[in-house]
Amino acid sequence: MCTVCGCGTASVVDVPADEAQAQVAAAGRAHAHPHPPHTHRHDHDHGHDHDHGHGLDHHHEPAFAAIDFGKGLAGVSVPGLSQERTISIERDILAKNSAFADANRSRLREAGVFAINLVSSPGSGKTSLLVRAITDLKDRWPMAVIEGDQQTSNDAERIRQTGAPAVQINTGKGCHLDAHMVGHALEQVTLEPGGLLFIENVGNLVCPAAFDLGEACKVVVLSVTEGEDKPLKYPDMFAAADLMLLNKSDLLPHLDFDVDACLAAALRVNPRLQILTVSARSGEGLAAFYAWIEGRAAAALDPIARLA
Amino acid sequence: MVQQEQAKHAFARVNSIKLKVGALGHAEPEALRFCFDAVATGTIAAGSRLEIEIIPGEGWCADCRSNVPLDDRFGACPICAGGRVRMTGGDVLRLAEMEVE
Repeated sequence: MCTVCGCGTASVVDVPADEAQAQVAAAGRAHAHPHPPHTHRHDHDHGHDHDHGHGLDHHHEPAFAAIDFGKGLAGVSVPGLSQERTISIERDILAKNSAFADANRSRLREAGVFAINLVSSPGSGKTSLLVRAITDLKDRWPMAVIEGDQQTSNDAERIRQTGAPAVQINTGKGCHLDAHMVGHALEQVTLEPGGLLFIENVGNLVCPAAFDLGEACKVVVLSVTEGEDKPLKYPDMFAAADLMLLNKSDLLPHLDFDVDACLAAALRVNPRLQILTVSARSGEGLAAFYAWIEGRAAAALDPIARLA
Repeated sequence: MVQQEQAKHAFARVNSIKLKVGALGHAEPEALRFCFDAVATGTIAAGSRLEIEIIPGEGWCADCRSNVPLDDRFGACPICAGGRVRMTGGDVLRLAEMEVE
């Protein structure tokens, strides 16, 4: 198809000779132009003062070379139109991340590992929850952790102290983990069949919502020191999550936090969201969290479910 | 992505880039415009025009049993005012087309 006007193929082939000549002139490939005779002087070391004139009519050399209208970038020339063309692409900008996420998901599924992407704002207690969960569950499941932070490997160090392997990803200026980073981390982490992989995302209630990492589920952590309207202020994260953990419940007696208002806000954003109130410090609600993991992992890793 | 397209289609210059951005999506058109020139500098797309087509939000209301326009990702149904609306469209972020030469 003609890339300029959208007409059929080979549109410029059967042009009568005289018409082609007219197009040649219009396209400016071969033309005559007069120069007035002129003189110019050079005064320098070599001292070759001379005059020279241009004849009135002359042709440029390319005029006698093959005239090929198909040589342009558009593959065709139309007088008066530039070689500009439009390329239709229609590719999702996050498609690249999705492809990496799909690869991670297949890899985890083949390894028989259930992966949880843990998201929250900074300071909600993700790492403390993980440390507690790993300590409580290490006889039940083999576990590994991928830690995401802009800088430092403090969190990975804290996890390693529990005995679980941890890989730290530093995103530098990045505000979220993407599936490509996690793919590299998966190369370094030992995945045992039937095990759990926790991916602790960069503390940020906005961007991590948009990036699928290939996890089986997203768990959002909100702490009672943050304000009950956070789900309404940052709805994307709560809409993307499967489970919300309302953490630091041991502090509730000291705060004016309205738990019911918080749960209502979260459910307004995501009516399917499951919610547990927990405390990594006192251990309240954690048994329910572990039971939730067990149920979801069993369903995800079940051979029949895997065929679906 | 522009460089990948260049490898496929061989062009010397990008004149404009058209994005489709969903009204209910994660991307903020003003932020995209703000960053575009900085990102394009030094690339084949330097000096090109960024066009953004906003794709309107759309949802499925379980009570009306129909597709409804949606102004707010977590908003109520504009017809029955019910809250049982699931977003079905308007969260794309897509490179739609480019004008090149």
